[in-house]
Amino acid sequence: MPLAEKYSSLFFLFALALAVPTIMVFLAWVTGPRRPGSEKSLPFECGVDPTGNPRRRFGVKFFLVALLFLIFDVETIFIFPWAVLFRELGIFGFIEMSIFLMILLLGLFYAWKKGALEWE
Amino acid sequence: MAVYLIGLGKALFIFLFALILLPVNIYLERKGSAFIQDRVGPNRAAILGVRLAGFIHLIADVVKLIFKEMMVPGHVNRWYFMIAPFIGFTFILFAFAVIPWADNLSFGSWNIPMQVADLNGGILFILAVTSLNVYGIVLAGWASNNKFSLLGGLRATAQMVSYEIPLGLSLVGVFMVFQSVHLNEIVRGQGELLFGFLPKWGVFVQPLGFFLFGAAAFAETNRNPFDVAEGESEIVAGYHTEYSGIRFALFYMGEYVAIALAAAMLATLYFGGWQIPWVTTDMLRNNSELALKIMLSLGTVGSFVGLLTMLGFDKKMRGTWPAGDLRNQEGRILGGIAFLLLVAHIAALVFFNGKVFPEWGQSTVAVLAQVAMFTMKTLFFCWVFIWVRWTLPRFRYDQIMRLGWKNLIPISFLNIFVTGLVILLLDSRGG
Repeated sequence: MPLAEKYSSLFFLFALALAVPTIMVFLAWVTGPRRPGSEKSLPFECGVDPTGNPRRRFGVKFFLVALLFLIFDVETIFIFPWAVLFRELGIFGFIEMSIFLMILLLGLFYAWKKGALEWE
Repeated sequence: MAVYLIGLGKALFIFLFALILLPVNIYLERKGSAFIQDRVGPNRAAILGVRLAGFIHLIADVVKLIFKEMMVPGHVNRWYFMIAPFIGFTFILFAFAVIPWADNLSFGSWNIPMQVADLNGGILFILAVTSLNVYGIVLAGWASNNKFSLLGGLRATAQMVSYEIPLGLSLVGVFMVFQSVHLNEIVRGQGELLFGFLPKWGVFVQPLGFFLFGAAAFAETNRNPFDVAEGESEIVAGYHTEYSGIRFALFYMGEYVAIALAAAMLATLYFGGWQIPWVTTDMLRNNSELALKIMLSLGTVGSFVGLLTMLGFDKKMRGTWPAGDLRNQEGRILGGIAFLLLVAHIAALVFFNGKVFPEWGQSTVAVLAQVAMFTMKTLFFCWVFIWVRWTLPRFRYDQIMRLGWKNLIPISFLNIFVTGLVILLLDSRGG
């Protein structure tokens, strides 16, 4: 079967999924009122005049989480093909993967001991 | 040409499936929370006196949100602010593409898999597409140019990203047992029997994996007990603080479609998907006349119970409203619909009595029965999501991160290890 035929249904679903928000936003754009005001376009800060820069500095923890996520997510993807072929690889594959998982766990414990997972 | 038409039909089916589950989920949430908190719940909005026990409120909400002003505040990054809700809604709906809802529809030379796209990647497609959803949240939080939005977006992102790892790792056990990432293969594998009587469902061969996946799925959908993305006393409404009108509605709807997706995945991976316990597709196809009769009989009983309920409702409510109020007629209108359904079911029973189905008819009946089973399982898990939300208190943010990184990830490693050990032991004993 040619690729275009095989994946056409995927394209149809994506078009439908994109059509719903587009139509709704279009309807709201056509029917909704437009009453702009200077008070309305201020950032919401619980009714107080906004102070300071909204793009202020935030905790470096979020960056650490992103780094750890990258590392562990790539490892997860690495485990998937092994899991599918698990029975064929047999005991050898199992021991190999156990060593790999041990190294991963060691990495997790290292991050843990270094305090990368603490949120106080 | 026929291939494109079939593709369009399948895309339309799952699209309508998801879009019908969306109002059903919101309705379940409102009425379910009312039920749990001993309230009545919404029941006032009416069309021509028909209130459908509060279902009309959903229509009223949609109409109201569409007619609201579509405001873009002056301080935001317009382009990112405007596309973020699209990302939050579209990709979740798109992820339904690989969920199978029945066994193949096969007759003559046709063998049509009952899922939108028969991708080799299978569930990897869902993982890939749903993780794009994070972009919607990051963009919404960043483009809003508001302290609360930025913090809420960061929080939600860090949480979703953290729980993606236990989500992926808990799936490894399923892949090891069923030796496939292809969802239809996994569901077919769940049709076998364990010890001769227990269906080989994911929840029985991967009990720990089921809980890990469930917890991670709750966190991925930002649902209670993990819904720290919003918090009135700390960060207002999180990443959708600056959103209003239809754009807010898109985020809101995306959340409920995500619940439907998570419920469908839980049903597919751990509760046999479209498999009817102890009934294989071949049994359904060979006894399709009986299967159709059973389904129609269940429908007859259901509509009869509905009719009786509506008659009781009519008797109870009669005279509650002033004369001439259309709400007085509600029980009769709905009772009339139930009566028509009853007649239709009986007529179908009489019509199909003694008929022998051709091959395509047998396959269609099997598909119908399996779609009904799949819908029931998915609805059950949608209810579980709502049930948990209104029963458990929420975690603090540091508790969520601790649970994800320090508990769920080591436990999912343990799950992989134990699963491998058990499979190897069973294989070596069985030769």
